[in-house]
Amino acid sequence: MNGFWAVYKRELKGYFATPVAYVFLVIFLFFAGYLPFKQGFFEQRQADLRLFFNGLPLLYIFMVPATAMRLWAEERRTGSVELLFTLPITVTQAVVGKFLAAWSFLGIALALTFPLPVTVAYLGDPDWGVIATGYLASFLMAGGFLAIGSFFSAVSKNQVIAFILSVVACAVLVYAGLPTTLQYLSTILPPGAVAAVEGFSFQNHFDSLLRGVIEFKDIAYFVILIVGWVSACSLILDERKAN
Amino acid sequence: MISVRNLRRSFGPVVAVDDISFDVQKGDVLGFLGPNGAGKSTAMKMLACFLPPDSGTATICGHDILTDPIAVRRSIGYLAENAPAYGEMTVAGFLGFVCDARQLSGAERRKALERVARLCHIESVYHQTIDTLSKGYRRRVCLASTLIHDPQVLILDEPTDGLDPNQKHEVRRLIKQMAQDKCIIVSTHILEEVEMVCNRCIIIARGKILVDSTPGELKAQYGCGLDEVFRRITTTRKSA
Repeated sequence: MNGFWAVYKRELKGYFATPVAYVFLVIFLFFAGYLPFKQGFFEQRQADLRLFFNGLPLLYIFMVPATAMRLWAEERRTGSVELLFTLPITVTQAVVGKFLAAWSFLGIALALTFPLPVTVAYLGDPDWGVIATGYLASFLMAGGFLAIGSFFSAVSKNQVIAFILSVVACAVLVYAGLPTTLQYLSTILPPGAVAAVEGFSFQNHFDSLLRGVIEFKDIAYFVILIVGWVSACSLILDERKAN
Repeated sequence: MISVRNLRRSFGPVVAVDDISFDVQKGDVLGFLGPNGAGKSTAMKMLACFLPPDSGTATICGHDILTDPIAVRRSIGYLAENAPAYGEMTVAGFLGFVCDARQLSGAERRKALERVARLCHIESVYHQTIDTLSKGYRRRVCLASTLIHDPQVLILDEPTDGLDPNQKHEVRRLIKQMAQDKCIIVSTHILEEVEMVCNRCIIIARGKILVDSTPGELKAQYGCGLDEVFRRITTTRKSA
């Protein structure tokens, strides 16, 4: 077992060794179930999960940075980072191991929303392709938020600062692509700049996947986003681990 | 087995380790002495490949700390000053993680775990959460994780800090017992420990090596106990 698997295994087990995982799962599942019904799940009289998926970005803005904030900030605060990086584990192995463990945990949380598809299947005849791309989009979005969160967790030893910076960064990337923001930006920026802001935003790519269309540009957006922030996390950690 | 050449590291304007060079052979137990802030821990962190040096280098078991840090980390056991561990894990889980990272599996792993649990006397707390352990047990668990792969080189930063007199005696006995076929660097403030376990000592202050000698020679040269020797050297001399 190499350094990557050792870190991955320890980290994933670590979530369930403390109340962190259970508190997260209960709160996440409560709101993931509550929001679609609050926004008129029955009233729309359609057997789909559009309302559920539409509510996830808002939930993720707070929940994913809460998962990510401890990734490195805690290691650096308690000094266990010194233990980790004097074992034969490279910074890349540790960063990727922790990131994938946290992403797996978010995947478990997302998988536990299965009663919602079961409900729509009971109530009607949903389009399973759209539901599958919706779950894919949500999982990729969680990965994107997590990569941003892990970067800010490596930046600061203080978990609260890491959390706030990640929330702000994720919120900017979500809200920049909302129609109201783009409409406002179009009054002060040239059309090219507005299109660039829209292209950088999560929302645009997320919505595109929610419609059931898997396009290369949307998948590439999330992959580049994740790889970019995780690489930045490795660089900053290598630089700051001993500070 | 350890060869340090012109190692230097500064933090902003403060030079923590200033151009130190020394060699340690198999069978040596080198006592690394110095006042607080002398640069002992920084030097040890550089040898353990946790901190990169500003200039200079070192080789451990033939591997360079700059070009092959993973091979260096594989061949050493490093106990950090504050004995960091994952508090939420049990002792068994924590040692299992270190085994995973060091790629010990199967019978080899089982034997290694039994050996370190016996050596460090942690059998009674083996299934306890690390956060619930006393400081002494916590340090012994970390020492066990350091010894798990039976390394040729041991770098121990204040290994007896926080232990009661009986535990201190045990750890010193353990170091002496392991000394025959290993190369060990121990940093400490306790000078009686140096007399008991070290066959060589380096006194470091303000990042520079002031003395590289043996405890016996130092006592003979100054005609007093090691405490007094240490005080005289670190308060009067500037460099070797």
